[in-house]
Amino acid sequence: MGSILGSQKFREIFFQALVLSVVAALLVAMVMNTRASLEAQSLTTGFGFLERSTGWDFSFSVLPYSISDSYSKTILIGFLNTLLLGFLGISLATVIGIVIGLIRTSKNALFSLLGTVYVEIFRNVPLILQAIFWYAIVSHLPRPKAALSLGDTVFLSGRGLYFPVLNIALWSVALMILLFVAWLLFLPWLRERMNHSSSYHVTKRVGWLLLPVIMVVIAYLARTPDTPLINNPALKGLNFKGGMRMPPELSALVIAIALYGGAYIGEVVRAGLMSVPRGQLEAGFVNGLKPRHIFTRIRLPLAIRAVLPSLTNQYVQLMKATTIGIVVGFSDLFMIISTSINQSGQTLELLAILMGGFLLINLSIAFVMNTINKKIALKGYELKS
Amino acid sequence: MTDTTYHLPPQISFSQKLKNSLFATPFDFFLTLICAALFALLLYWFIDWAFISSIWRAEDEPLCKEASGACWSVIDARHRIIFFGLFPFEEHWRSTVACVVMIATIVASCVPWFWTAIRLSALWLIGFSIFYILMHGGVFGLSVITPERWGGLALTIFIFAAVSIIGMPLSIVLALGRRSKLPVIAKLFGLFIDFFRSLPLLTILFTAAVITPFVLPGWLQGDKLYRVIFGFALFFAAYQAENIRAGLQAIPLGQDEAGLTLGLKYWHRVSRIQLPQAFRNSLPSIVNQFVITFKETSIVTIVGFFEILASGSAAFGTGKWTVHYIEVYVFIGAIYFIFVFSLSRYGAYLERKLRVGHV
Repeated sequence: MGSILGSQKFREIFFQALVLSVVAALLVAMVMNTRASLEAQSLTTGFGFLERSTGWDFSFSVLPYSISDSYSKTILIGFLNTLLLGFLGISLATVIGIVIGLIRTSKNALFSLLGTVYVEIFRNVPLILQAIFWYAIVSHLPRPKAALSLGDTVFLSGRGLYFPVLNIALWSVALMILLFVAWLLFLPWLRERMNHSSSYHVTKRVGWLLLPVIMVVIAYLARTPDTPLINNPALKGLNFKGGMRMPPELSALVIAIALYGGAYIGEVVRAGLMSVPRGQLEAGFVNGLKPRHIFTRIRLPLAIRAVLPSLTNQYVQLMKATTIGIVVGFSDLFMIISTSINQSGQTLELLAILMGGFLLINLSIAFVMNTINKKIALKGYELKS
Repeated sequence: MTDTTYHLPPQISFSQKLKNSLFATPFDFFLTLICAALFALLLYWFIDWAFISSIWRAEDEPLCKEASGACWSVIDARHRIIFFGLFPFEEHWRSTVACVVMIATIVASCVPWFWTAIRLSALWLIGFSIFYILMHGGVFGLSVITPERWGGLALTIFIFAAVSIIGMPLSIVLALGRRSKLPVIAKLFGLFIDFFRSLPLLTILFTAAVITPFVLPGWLQGDKLYRVIFGFALFFAAYQAENIRAGLQAIPLGQDEAGLTLGLKYWHRVSRIQLPQAFRNSLPSIVNQFVITFKETSIVTIVGFFEILASGSAAFGTGKWTVHYIEVYVFIGAIYFIFVFSLSRYGAYLERKLRVGHV
């Protein structure tokens, strides 16, 4: 008996079992307590409320909506709004980040100082402060009557940015995006299949020419009857009619996320460019490549491989940062969920949906980026400086 | 044998360096000129706006309409709201002294002399206690001021300090737990860390503020402020634990084995061999996490606390001050910038210093 109790193995197993049962007991206690407090407040659990109509309004939606829509549709709209905000913010942040990264790696000291000043300013002030700052600026723009206009088609006012759109059905836009993505995914497969032959290049070229034609046909077929193809915004009374509106909440958040994320991504890009061993560049130079080609053929491809993991990390961080949209009243997933909690009282279910939504988005980003990372990784040996 | 004399790089004079970095090619010359002009313009514009054409005193506010520069009158008139929130007016000195003490504590913990477990914990316990006693009162004849009335910079600093003081020991536990040899422990801690890292901070703070009353029995709930701080500390600890774990992983295996051979117990190996080296290895990223955390304290404004961002918005919220939002935002931005920039410069300094020590 003594030998069993004294043995290392037994103690380890006993200890782990103990910890596991304590954790399990805590979880059970929490669930019981939740049950009890829900019953005390006579709240029902379950996802049945998702079919009820909400009865409240919110600020922005990519889909047409009304206050009689169900909770599930409203939450879906919030999810799409978060995706839209994240997509716009992250894309712009990437563009800014690349530019800043290039500026900061410049040999010209004054030029690279420009990038440093940018990074230090935008990285050291909280994103949420930047968001409300830009919101204050954007919403204090002139009234619609005195809007800044660009060729009488794009208008910038305190009510938002108005720009022309095509008068076509929503499904066709989705179809076009789908078609484009499918074509991009189809190309690598085709290249494998046709073994890089010249007929592959012909097919590729024909495809690129055919794609816009098909899209124009789809747009023509899907246009709303009896309307002009292009829907221009125009001043009617006190506000604009027609066109598409980007509300000040969304603009402010996109600006804030783009500038803030740009500073972080700029640092990632700089680190990537600096990580390319100097010998690689010198080898290119010795082989007589032009500086331009040394950059595009050697430095950039190696830098992209080096930065992808940290870039994925930044994208996930920025996606999580979109939740601050609520400070300026942008109806993203978080705001929709928190309003739903106030209105319906289904706290636990809604919170589970919120967490599930973010898990889905973040895992998708990680999956896509890791796939790209694997696809472009250098095969054979690892490149180390 | 090969010749092993080392050639030092040729000495380059300062003017030569300057020429190389600014005027190497005609294009560089052009670029330098443009950048210099841009910097001069921005600097001139900013100095003119902030210092020359600006209005400074609260009673000069009527002049602001004419002035082309900043209207700092709003800061002059409302700075007490920004710094102290709803803290009782007569007791503002307490809030000020408390902030100074806490900032001194933060600065002192950047000095290497304090970098032992005992000194650092003593420093923070003393600093934090003084801060809390000054803010909360109830002893030494100080009147009691409950946390609902705390606000402004003091609340920001309180949240930051409390999150650090709870989160740091927790992060060590999490990091050690995740590296445990016992599979169940390692999995449990790993799950816990990954769960907190996968969620936005705001959802965690929101859960802590709104959901915890359902989940925990009444006697465990505490004030909303403490719930939010605890949620924040868990989030912080999950991230910090990963930094520490990276530092632990970088330690050569032989170090721990040497301790084992000498017959040291687990806790001795952890406290004398592993942790000191782990902290040394990942000090820059640990400091960086503090930098991020200081910025993220601003998020508590969404769950309804009156920290410096919210009190700033309140400062221009009424009457004639509503038009001066830019000045207030720039002022608060500058306060954050001073804290965050100095902390991150310190982190960069550490990184350089440690790198030199390594090679």
